[in-house]
Amino acid sequence: MSEVAIVGIGMHRFGRTEGVSGRAQAVHAARAALADAGLRFSDMRFGFGGSHSAGDADTLVSELGLTGLPFINVANGCATGGSALIAADAAIRSGQHDVGIVIGFDKHPRGAFNTDPAVHGIGPWYGETGMMITTQFFGMKIQRYLHEHDLKPGALTTIAEKAFRNGARNPMAWRRTAIPAAEIEAAPMISHPLTQYMYCSPAEGAVALVLCRADKAREYTDRPVFLQGAAFRSRRYGSFEVFSPWLATDRADSPTVEASAAAFAAAGIAPSEVDVAQIQDTETGAELMHMAETGLCAHGEQEDLIASGATAIEGRLPVNTDGGCIANGEPIGASGLRQVYENVLQLRGDAGEHQVPGDPRVGFTHVYGAPGISACTVLTR
Amino acid sequence: MIAGRTTVDDALFVETPEGPALRGSRCAGCGAHTFPVQDGCPRCTGSSMVDVTLARTGTLWSWTSQGFTPKAPYTGTAAYEPYAVAYVELPGQLIVETRLVETDPEKLEIGMPMELVLTPFRDDGSGEPVHTFAFVGVSS
Repeated sequence: MSEVAIVGIGMHRFGRTEGVSGRAQAVHAARAALADAGLRFSDMRFGFGGSHSAGDADTLVSELGLTGLPFINVANGCATGGSALIAADAAIRSGQHDVGIVIGFDKHPRGAFNTDPAVHGIGPWYGETGMMITTQFFGMKIQRYLHEHDLKPGALTTIAEKAFRNGARNPMAWRRTAIPAAEIEAAPMISHPLTQYMYCSPAEGAVALVLCRADKAREYTDRPVFLQGAAFRSRRYGSFEVFSPWLATDRADSPTVEASAAAFAAAGIAPSEVDVAQIQDTETGAELMHMAETGLCAHGEQEDLIASGATAIEGRLPVNTDGGCIANGEPIGASGLRQVYENVLQLRGDAGEHQVPGDPRVGFTHVYGAPGISACTVLTR
Repeated sequence: MIAGRTTVDDALFVETPEGPALRGSRCAGCGAHTFPVQDGCPRCTGSSMVDVTLARTGTLWSWTSQGFTPKAPYTGTAAYEPYAVAYVELPGQLIVETRLVETDPEKLEIGMPMELVLTPFRDDGSGEPVHTFAFVGVSS
């Protein structure tokens, strides 16, 4: 068993880049990650990658180099990047390979995702009648959560305010202007209680990471970041997930709970030791719920943490320091790797304007997506 | 046709003396319910599902509004918008996702009793309404 290190990171700016294909953004990110590690594509022994709407990752080799490496496409919705990373982790940890690359990228049309129910094994009636809509799910999930935990919707606004504030400090973010709370609350209601500015938008962007055996990391960088734990879980009977025409009356934890617990267990690190966290904020209700589901705080405790500024960059538990999905948009294939990119910057001390103070040592990432999946990582320097 | 009306998919429904109901599945092994019908049991992983008529009444479990006109595959007609959606708990069976007849947030409260109705959501080529299921509040 080898430990695993991240020795190169690269990104193509998120947002909208007219005239540049998703594949071109992926190639840009891959070259940046390779340069960061001081390696060439011909040094890569494997690749894992994926996009939802921008093409097959394995075809990137026609640009990056036809070296014969095994390059496996990954398609796991919002957890595509996280899944690619977990596959890379296993490839290195098992001793199969020493060094390789993961690439996540996407380029979505404007507006909410419109998914074909047949892809999820649901009849056409579900889409025709206007229920195959992710934004509704998030509205209903947070509506129920606020009710069960007796929380007020004010935190949903404060989280959005923080996201745009952090985005304004991150040169790679899409949305770089702070938005006052009153404007967030007065924005058009998308799915009650969530307004337009509380949701992320489908977007574009790419991230690549070069990983290697930890004992070789210092050959490529003097500041390796170690992937201490990575885990992926799908839903259990009784959890409340997107695109569900029905739910069980028995209740079960979401896949986030098990994936995060497994990642922390593998790392031998407790949630209380986390110095910086990037968690799925498809909308602000997701950040609220996921703070507790990942074990970073208790259910109901979020209200005080958020109101007191504990989750701000300078707070005790900085969450989504790069502005999260809300300020960066969501290119499905790239989103999970953006979180890891941001944590590597933070642990290296390279995050500039949005650097968490105090020399952070432990980073945590969490993605969640359709049809009820979660991937988490624990990183240290 | 269900209860004399055109629906989006007649296979979703069963006619009962009390009115239309939803057709689901129940696992003969463990008793878990699903909607719509399916062959495999998501709880015990068995494959002995039988058809079951789901309850026509339940309680509001969660809800939200739909603030924009969805893209395809949505086929609704503007005359039937805006619409709201919800999960309604059918006691002892499951929690079903549904459209709501009521769209005013002030009139929706988790726990309120509800009943299934057919509601139009689009007009067909000749201008005749096509129906789907929805729940409407009833006095307890």
